Amino acid sequence: MSKLQPFRLLLFALLAAFTSVLVSLLSGSVELSFDDLIAYAVGDIPALQRQVLEEIRFPRTLAAFVTGAALALAGVLMQVLLRNPLADPYILGLSGGAAVGALASIMLGLGGWWLSGTAFVGALVSVGVVFGIASRSGRWSTTHLLLTGVVVSAGWGALINLMLSTSASASVQGMLFWLMGDLSQSRVGLLQVGILITGAALALRAARSLNVLVRGDLVAASLGVHVNGLRLSLFFGASLLTVIAVTTAGSVGFVGLVVPHMLRLTGARDHRLLIPFSLIAGGTFLVVADTLARTLLAPQQLPVGVITALIGVPSFIVILRNAASK
Amino acid sequence: MTSLLTADNLLLRAGHRTLCSGLSLKVEQGQCWGLLGKNGAGKTSLLHTLAGLRKPAEGTVLLGETPLAALRPAQIAEKIGLLLQESVDALPSTVLETALLGRHPHTKGRLFDNAEDLAIAYEALSNLGIESLAPRTVHSLSGGERQRLALAMLLAQKPRLLLLDEPSNHLDLGFQTPLINLLLSQANGSQRKTALPSDNVSSGAAVIMATHDINLAARVCDNIVLMIGDGETLVGNALDVLTEDNLGKAYDCPIARVKHEGRTLFYPL
Repeated sequence: MSKLQPFRLLLFALLAAFTSVLVSLLSGSVELSFDDLIAYAVGDIPALQRQVLEEIRFPRTLAAFVTGAALALAGVLMQVLLRNPLADPYILGLSGGAAVGALASIMLGLGGWWLSGTAFVGALVSVGVVFGIASRSGRWSTTHLLLTGVVVSAGWGALINLMLSTSASASVQGMLFWLMGDLSQSRVGLLQVGILITGAALALRAARSLNVLVRGDLVAASLGVHVNGLRLSLFFGASLLTVIAVTTAGSVGFVGLVVPHMLRLTGARDHRLLIPFSLIAGGTFLVVADTLARTLLAPQQLPVGVITALIGVPSFIVILRNAASK
Repeated sequence: MTSLLTADNLLLRAGHRTLCSGLSLKVEQGQCWGLLGKNGAGKTSLLHTLAGLRKPAEGTVLLGETPLAALRPAQIAEKIGLLLQESVDALPSTVLETALLGRHPHTKGRLFDNAEDLAIAYEALSNLGIESLAPRTVHSLSGGERQRLALAMLLAQKPRLLLLDEPSNHLDLGFQTPLINLLLSQANGSQRKTALPSDNVSSGAAVIMATHDINLAARVCDNIVLMIGDGETLVGNALDVLTEDNLGKAYDCPIARVKHEGRTLFYPL
């Protein structure tokens, strides 16, 4: 493999990301053109267009990109931690805990800040429970951790169904939107962006060790990796990234599982490449999905999680077939 | 001259079982040690303890003059390499990428591989005769090819002490001799065909191999640790330890010895 190829691909990925952001900014109920963006950049734009850009399009596009990037990175880290290609950011039950918190808010008619606040608390409780059970046993074996996560998820799932079946039908739609993932109310601030950038930088610094850790704890330890410390960092890092994603957009499915695999199948197996590409591809994927979610059946908005699966499944199958026929 | 590795009064337990107690040994540069014993006797546990992956219940392991417990994993990995019995490949990777992992202890936080890493990885692959497999995915390899790859990764690590858990697993009979010669050439810088007495050492690395193949050990090892069970071990020169009586006791079955064309062969009765 030539040295230049990854950089060319990175350039291509950045170009795709930039295009998706542009299209997202220009699509919606209020018509905006490329000229409006340039007018905005030089500070010469009508008040309505300015308002639409600043209060709706920019925040939502940023929220979509940050959520997608965080989920894709969390997916990569979870797959290393659990050494399992089926792992996704939600596999340890974190989204279930967050969902129970968020649904409780919706049941009580609380919105806005409360929604993400209770989702945050629910996610933390879930992380704490899984960590408590896994570390009490004294062994951080992948199987044990995975089983703990699956069981905790099942517990949250029962609570979610209980809440759905006992709630007033008026609030059930809001709950379903949250569960499928929805960006219509989403905003991210400096905190989320900061966590994502810090997480990405730390993950990239550890990328070489991640390559080794994938080969097993013993191989990693014999090659000088501080295995327990690294696995703990992976657990908490992936959890934190997932928390910022679910508190922003609900449990958007598919991104965290499929984006890392699409990249692995197309050749980015090395975590030094996989981590930056996941960030860009995950962000781009969710920006595109969100643009479709709010324009396909406009003025009706679809939950973005539906779109991620609808465009993700066929493209994943195509990539899988191509990789298998190589 | 200080020994490469010193184990002092080791006590190893697995659950309530004592694997070895009061085990002491000194591994010098250029030596090849064999670790023999029944299934479950503790060969792998002892190997992992010597690699610093497992803490002994009692006793210490010194790398040079420093206890392993006082060293960071990365410092140990610069000097000690371990070939494991099983490899994990849950996520896809190529042969070359795998061999390059062996360079990990020497990269010191450098994110990308340099030309030297690549050259060493390719040399290791060609030493194991699998250079042509470099771009293949690990999933497409046979068991023997995977074992060669694991050995290539170990050679790329360039350790001073090579700890090998069943190095001849999955390997063709015809490749076992070249492999052992290759490993021993790491140990003393030149190829040799027969085991030398332990006082006749030259500078270089050392090898400790756990194996179930008594004849392999008898052919290439100058020193033997025979794990008999119930914590009892015999440590010493291969000629002294590898007797019909000792082996019979260790393997719980009568074992006979024949000499043929200058070689000693053991077989169960």
